[in-house]
Amino acid sequence: MSAETTRPAPCGVADEHLPAQNAADRPVLEVGHVTKVYPSQPPVTALRDVSFTVATGELVAIVGPSGSGKTTLLHLMGTLDRPSSGRVRITGLDVARLSDRELAAMRATQIGFVFQQFFLAEHQTVLDNVADGLLYAGVPQTERRARALDALGLVGLAARPHARPTQLSGGQRQRVAIARALVGSPAIVLADEPTGNLDQAAGQAILGLLKELHHRGVTIVVISHDRDIAARMDRRIEMLDGRIVYDSADDASRSPLPVLEDRPSHEDSRP
Amino acid sequence: MTTSGTLAVRKLRPSDLARLSTVGLRTRKLRAALSALGIAIGVAAIVAVLGLSSSASANLNNEISALGTNLLVVQNGQTITGGSAELPKTARAMIARIVAVTHVEQTGSVSGDVYRNSLIPSIDTNDLSIDAASLGLLRTVGTSIAQGRYLNAATANEPVAVLGAAAAQRLGIDRVYSGERIWADNTWLYVAGILNPAVLAPDIDSSVLVGFPAAEHYLSFDGHPFTIYVRAQNSHVNQVDNLLAATANPENPSEVNVSQPSAALVAQADAQSTFDDLFLGLGAVALLVGAIGVANIMIISVLERRSEIGLRRALGATRGHIRVQFLAEAILLALIGGAAGVGAGALSTALYASTKHEPVVIPVIAWGGGVGAAIVIGAVAGLWPALRAARMSPTQALWSM
Repeated sequence: MSAETTRPAPCGVADEHLPAQNAADRPVLEVGHVTKVYPSQPPVTALRDVSFTVATGELVAIVGPSGSGKTTLLHLMGTLDRPSSGRVRITGLDVARLSDRELAAMRATQIGFVFQQFFLAEHQTVLDNVADGLLYAGVPQTERRARALDALGLVGLAARPHARPTQLSGGQRQRVAIARALVGSPAIVLADEPTGNLDQAAGQAILGLLKELHHRGVTIVVISHDRDIAARMDRRIEMLDGRIVYDSADDASRSPLPVLEDRPSHEDSRP
Repeated sequence: MTTSGTLAVRKLRPSDLARLSTVGLRTRKLRAALSALGIAIGVAAIVAVLGLSSSASANLNNEISALGTNLLVVQNGQTITGGSAELPKTARAMIARIVAVTHVEQTGSVSGDVYRNSLIPSIDTNDLSIDAASLGLLRTVGTSIAQGRYLNAATANEPVAVLGAAAAQRLGIDRVYSGERIWADNTWLYVAGILNPAVLAPDIDSSVLVGFPAAEHYLSFDGHPFTIYVRAQNSHVNQVDNLLAATANPENPSEVNVSQPSAALVAQADAQSTFDDLFLGLGAVALLVGAIGVANIMIISVLERRSEIGLRRALGATRGHIRVQFLAEAILLALIGGAAGVGAGALSTALYASTKHEPVVIPVIAWGGGVGAAIVIGAVAGLWPALRAARMSPTQALWSM
């Protein structure tokens, strides 16, 4: 992991905005014995006793078939939802003890989201789309744009700040979305199926970008159903039926996918 | 662990809120324009109604104050048996003795018809009348000479006529030249002048005026006044009004009619404003429909923009941020409609008033109220959609598409 950044990077281990740096050993994300039950009839238990931590600078893939609970886990990691029991800590702060407004501020300053569908505003330029990542952090517009230009540089789109999203390819749009996630120098970036809407080549390029950002020190968690993608990440957490069935951090020597291979049918796994 | 400071919620900057409130309007221009149109029509109707009636009543009030409200008109009424009564010849002189009376002038009704010349068939009377007139009449009834001259002490004894505004038009005389004559009862009358319209004494408009002595000499006029025009001191109009009948005809006060012409104009102005209520009601209905349109559009907009709302929540927007964004959008939408409506209402008022040569008056309550009503409507119509947007769960907004 390199701390060498050629510009005043909006993200990276050297960034002063990351509170996680106050305690070097403190994980960016701590998930402890988390259970999530949706109160429908009958109640649906989406997560059962899930525990793991993500340290600063890690690149983690959470992989599992549909219904395995990975999207629910993303909601909880992103503070968009609260666990039924257990504890989620982001940069050491317990989500359960924060108000809705504080959680919003947490998302504004500490968490970057990347979505499968990009969610870019078509009436805005690429630059303003990225700058909107700082809209709710109280940053003035001129500074938002300046930092957005830096973030576009990180994803290789510094040359086209004034293009509209509709003028870009899918891969470029996802780069814009990644720049928007990075612009606030978040402690952690959560990417939900970032290659899900892209063709093979564009998807590979996005994965390459995520790895490059990881080498710059950005903490990234990628949610995916695609085990090929997961296989390219440093650390892999596999989920099934709301539980973690494998975490490569627990035992790097074990062969990959021991549990999944024992099961004959997964709706999302490849033949 | 401390949470204060590091996780402080930032308010949106006014410039950012202004930009956010236009997102829905910029991305769906036609729809925004159509829903703003509903508000615009309502506001325009209200502004135009208030503007037009204010302009009209300002015009009437100008006229009334220019003409004065102190003119009283004495006319002979009817006898008990239903016949036409006569005012005594001394009536004018007696009225002039009332202290608070400043001017007294009279006209007398001369029988006979008047024609452009002696060749006109006698049936084409044009509904004109011949009246004997006293010399100070014009100032008292509040009119003036349009062309030529009015009667004077010399011409009052000669066969000379001055034409009322309508009389001149019906006779086909639009200018006065030397030697011009009209035919009245086997007598040629020389035309000396043409009058402007007399708003307070419309009877004079369709009259051909001659002097009292001339009327008696040439037109076999009996010398009895028919109408006496009285100007009283402003502070004593009512007292003079009460005295006039008995003074004009002490023998038979009940055979005298006394009226105040300006009262009719004031009544006319009042009658116009009762008509306004109907149109104001229609404008209010249009505003209500416009408000429902805005609310409808905002609800649809909130449903359509679920992903935007979810994204904003993910980017760190609080419920309050979402609420204020959609509320501001609804208010802006209604405000655009309101401003357009005020503009359209003012424009139509100006056009209409200028064609009628009235002063253009757009009361503050009309345009201020129009803009204010638009803001209130936007806030009320946008409140429920904004609350709904703010209540939306970000996870459902983002992942249930």
